[in-house]
Order: sequence, then structure tokens, then C-alpha cells
Amino acid sequence: MSEKRLRVLVVALLIGAVELMCRLGVIPLAVMIPPSQMVVELGRILASGEYASDIAVSLTNVVVAAVLSVILGFVAGLAIHAWPGLRDALEPLLASYYAIPTFVFYPVFITLFGVGSASIIAIAVLLAIVSMITATLNGIDRIPRVLRKTARIYRMPRWKTALLIELPAAAPYLFTGVKLSVAYAFIGVIASEFILSGSGLGYAIAYAYNNFENRHMYALMLLILVTVTIVNTALNHVDKRLQARRQR
Amino acid sequence: MPRITGTALVLLFCLLLWQTLHLLVGASSLASPFQTVVKLGSLLATAEFWQNVAETMRAFAAAFLISLVGGIALGILLGVRRLAGNVAEPILVNLYSIPKVVLYPLVLLCFGLGISAKIAFGVMHGLIPITLFSMNAIRQMKPVYRRTAQVLRLTSAQSAFTVILPAILPEVISGVRLGFSLTLLGVLIGEMFASQRGLGFMLISAINIGQIDTIMAVALLLTIVAVTCNSLLLLLNRRMGYR
Repeated sequence: MSEKRLRVLVVALLIGAVELMCRLGVIPLAVMIPPSQMVVELGRILASGEYASDIAVSLTNVVVAAVLSVILGFVAGLAIHAWPGLRDALEPLLASYYAIPTFVFYPVFITLFGVGSASIIAIAVLLAIVSMITATLNGIDRIPRVLRKTARIYRMPRWKTALLIELPAAAPYLFTGVKLSVAYAFIGVIASEFILSGSGLGYAIAYAYNNFENRHMYALMLLILVTVTIVNTALNHVDKRLQARRQR
Repeated sequence: MPRITGTALVLLFCLLLWQTLHLLVGASSLASPFQTVVKLGSLLATAEFWQNVAETMRAFAAAFLISLVGGIALGILLGVRRLAGNVAEPILVNLYSIPKVVLYPLVLLCFGLGISAKIAFGVMHGLIPITLFSMNAIRQMKPVYRRTAQVLRLTSAQSAFTVILPAILPEVISGVRLGFSLTLLGVLIGEMFASQRGLGFMLISAINIGQIDTIMAVALLLTIVAVTCNSLLLLLNRRMGYR
């Protein structure tokens, strides 16, 4: 508990220091506005509904990309696990996958899916799906053999074994995959919007930067940071509980 | 042996998929593998291309060096000081998973347009994974190592270089592998936005005028370089793990 308090204190002190430096003019107003003003501006933006459509577009894309990656990644993981030859062949490629700068393939997706949400979702799925595949493979590997034996002793049918024994046993590992997929979906969607798109929160930030609208820019940055932090903290919380169950 | 054959088959399948897509959507939308290699060959012969490569490499080398040294030092510090590590870890994990690209305007405003902003952005991507991996490596190190160092009355510098560093090296290399890829990604994204030089700039200008063969050629080169470096580090890692 005291660690948690200490952490809050450290973060609060950091924010306070930035606030002080902005107020004293150590950081010029043209570089950064004080955090308190970011919060005020964010409240104003949210109340006025100025960026409501951008927020809706980005969040929809993130949710679609995350759901697609989790489902497709899980199914692909099951298929790859069922075919050991394929798995052996894929493993070195999976290990190197995140070395590929995925964003450079965005133009290819534009030609395939057109300009708009579909291409952005495709990039985000490409970024997120592999962590779900890896987590699924890992999860199935770690199911204790004794559980399957128990299922056989009870003469459970195959589908029942899968649903009642294997899925709960693999759940902690699967959830780690879900957590990573959500984080990568956020990164993929926001980054694609920022560099290459005409709508969404990422684009709104790039637009504000190009037009020197610092107040809008910092308010939107704060919105993304707070949203992602809340989502991650919630997922981490669930993850910790599942991991604790695993060690029991 | 069959494992390598399998991987080669998968790669061949990807190549076939690429060729099929090319035939489906047409040469103006997606260059074929052959066209891409030819384009890459002709790009490699121009001086302008090498200037862009040099610019990207300069930014990347500086960013990677800072991430490497800073990440390991910070990781060891947070790993040894347990309380500081416990307090910092969730903050670092959260920083790791936010879309850092939204912070790029802040970096640009602080460092100005130019190479230092790209370096700073690369470091933002690469520093945290290296720190987290080094920190966790120290925490999971067998306590007997440190006790042995104490019994032998090694100075802290001696124990850092002869005991701690060799013990955590495999995990540190895993972190460095991740940090390497992410630093490269950070530098490239930095060049794709508000930059006038480098491979990322080349990519974004090719995207804007629709030169699909240039895009694919640069993407292919980056993929080959990144995957090769990653595989080398992976190989090094395996060697150490089985020692």
C-alpha cells in the first residue's frame, strides 16, 4: 500500500515540477502549457463536443482492431499449435516479427482497402495479432498434463474438455495476449492517424501541431494519455488477479 | 534441417502471396517482388539514397547508444534498489504501452526540427524496454551470486563487472533486441513527420506522390536489415542461454 502511495507522490511531484516551470517561464508557453491549463482545456473541448467525431472514430477503430486481433490471433494460435510442423517453421519468423517497421506497409493497405478506417484497422491488427498468437501458443503449452488426464478419467467429451478444462487453465496466458493486443491496437491506430490519415485523434493532434494550436494539441495529448493509462491499469489489474490464480 | 526448410517454405509462400496480390490489384497499386528488387538495385546506385541512409543511420546510432547505456544503467540501479524499482516499474510499463507518437510534437517543440528530435524520439522508444529487462534480470538473479561476491569481499565495481553483468547478460540482450527494433521504429516515425531527410522522409514523400515501387523497395530494405540484426542478436542470446 505504501508503495502505491509513494508512486502517486512521485507522479504528483513530477507534474507539480512541470507546472511550476511553466508558470515561472522556465519552459516557455510556446513549448508547453501548464498541466492545469491542459486539464481545463480538455474539459472545455469535451463539453463543447468539438472533437467528438474524431474521438468516436479513433475509439471505434481501436475496439474493432483489438477485437479482430484477439479473435483472429486466438484462432490462428490454435491452428498453428495443432500443426507442429508449421509451428516449427513459423517460430523464427514470429521471433523476428516485431523487428519489422509495420507502418511502412501502410501505402500497400491503402491500395488494398482504400483510404479510411479499414486500412488503419489493418495496420493495427497486423501490429497486435502476433502477440495474441504467441500468447495462445504459450497458453496451450502450459496447460498441466494432469488436468487433461483428469478429464480423460472423467470421460469428458473433447468439447467439454476444451471448454471446462483447457480454456480456464490457459486463461491467464491468453489474457496477457489480450492486454498486449489492446496496447498495440491503440499504438497502431493513433500512430497511423497521426502520420497518414485525415480523421481521428492522432490526425487532430498533428493538425493542431501544424497550425500552432498548442492548447488544443496538449488537451488532446492529455486525453489520449489518460484514456490509455486507465485502460492499461484496468487490464493490468485483471491480469494480476489471473496470474495470482495461476500460482495457487 | 527440416526446420529451416519449413521456414523457407513459409517465406516462399509469402512471396507467392505478394506476387498474387500484385497480379490482382495491378502494378500501379503494388509493385511485384521482381520490380521491387530491381528498384532497390537502382536506388542503391544513387548517391542521394545513401545520403538518406547515412542520415537515418546517424540518428539511429546515437539513439541506440543512448538507449543502451542509459537503459542498462537505469535498469541496474532500479534492480538493486528494490523500493525504487517497485515504485518505478508500473510507471515504466505504462509509458511503454502508450502511443508515444502523440508526444512527438512535444519533442519537436523541445528539441526543434532536426536530428536531435529524431534521436530523442528514438530514445523514448528504446530506453524503456532495455531498462525493464535489465531491472527484472537483476531481480531474478540467484541471491547466491551476490552473497558469493560478498563473501569474496569484492568491491562494488568488481562485483558489477565480474558477477552481476555476466549473470544478467542473456536477459539484457533480450531487452536490447526489443530496444533495437523499437529505436529504429521511433527514428523512422520521427522522419516520417516534419523531416526533410532520411529513409522515413523518403517513404513519406514516395507515399505522397504514389511511387509504390520506391515504397516497397525501402520497406524491403528496412525489413531485411531489421530482421537480420534481430536474428543475429537472437543467435547470440541462444548461445548465452545454453552456456
